[in-house]
Amino acid sequence: MAIIRWLLAALLMTTAMTLATGVLAGGIEVRDFDSPVQKTRYHDLTSSMRCPLCENQAIGDSDAPISGDMRDRVYTLLQDGKSDTEIVNYMVQRFGEYILYNPRLDNRTYLLWGIPVALLLAGALLVVLLVRARRNASVASLSADERARLDELINRKRSP
Amino acid sequence: MKRRLLLFLPLIAFLGLAAFFYYRLGLDPSYRDSALIKRDFPAFSASTLKDPERRVDESLLKGEVTLVNVWGEWCPACKQEMPQLLDLADRGIRMVGVDYRDTREKGQQFLEEFGDPFELNIFDPDGDLGFDLGVYGAPETFLVDADGVIRYHHTGYIAPEDVRDVIVPEVEKWQ
Repeated sequence: MAIIRWLLAALLMTTAMTLATGVLAGGIEVRDFDSPVQKTRYHDLTSSMRCPLCENQAIGDSDAPISGDMRDRVYTLLQDGKSDTEIVNYMVQRFGEYILYNPRLDNRTYLLWGIPVALLLAGALLVVLLVRARRNASVASLSADERARLDELINRKRSP
Repeated sequence: MKRRLLLFLPLIAFLGLAAFFYYRLGLDPSYRDSALIKRDFPAFSASTLKDPERRVDESLLKGEVTLVNVWGEWCPACKQEMPQLLDLADRGIRMVGVDYRDTREKGQQFLEEFGDPFELNIFDPDGDLGFDLGVYGAPETFLVDADGVIRYHHTGYIAPEDVRDVIVPEVEKWQ
């Protein structure tokens, strides 16, 4: 009796799990690519564009309807033989620069790209200046007055 | 003395950054201008919601300042927005709707239930026009001038105060 109950439970579990995976598989997009290269391009493109609705997800891993639409469009454009740049431009024309995880260099983003370079240069300049200042300081000799005062101080310490 | 002042540089930099971040805190991070501002309304060809036989295209939006509202029966904020849209239509502003990702029956039911401020509705069941408009969530409203150029874009729900404070002034600006 116990065995039958156990078997029944196991059967139910298996059915439930099969059903659940069936449902999950329904949510996964199956796409046929002409070549492995195209598949890689698809993945690169969908992971380099930001979902316009969810802000911190790439369209490649967002469930938002708009991300689904954008993935479909990327796929269609790839099938049409469009280049990566053409596809990115197509999306930027509609959704704006915002969707690019790697913003382009233009007069709105020159600060963004320029500051790290500027800081690096400023740091290098600072190091050069400091090294030079220190070298000059050690080379600079004391004036006669200063030397006399230094001697006096040293002697005072030596003979209390 | 000059050297001493240099010591304040980090503090000044810190205060500058703090002020900048504080200013940004008060702004809505999701706000951004539509990529279509100053561009022609995208070309399209679609049927109207009421009449599947009637085709319309972008020439529909030329000749008069028009508010194009993207809505759908499935969108709760669109329902809350309807009184404001009716108000705008009452003020004599030309309104055109885009029934976005919807079915004809549901779209028409929606208008019967919540009122119809639109001169006509473009039926966009697959979201193709919406995609070309860069729509990522309804409701969205575009102001199109008499030359068919997009001049203003409102993302999301139009609140009652937005009608007076934002939408009407924008319409008047382009009339």
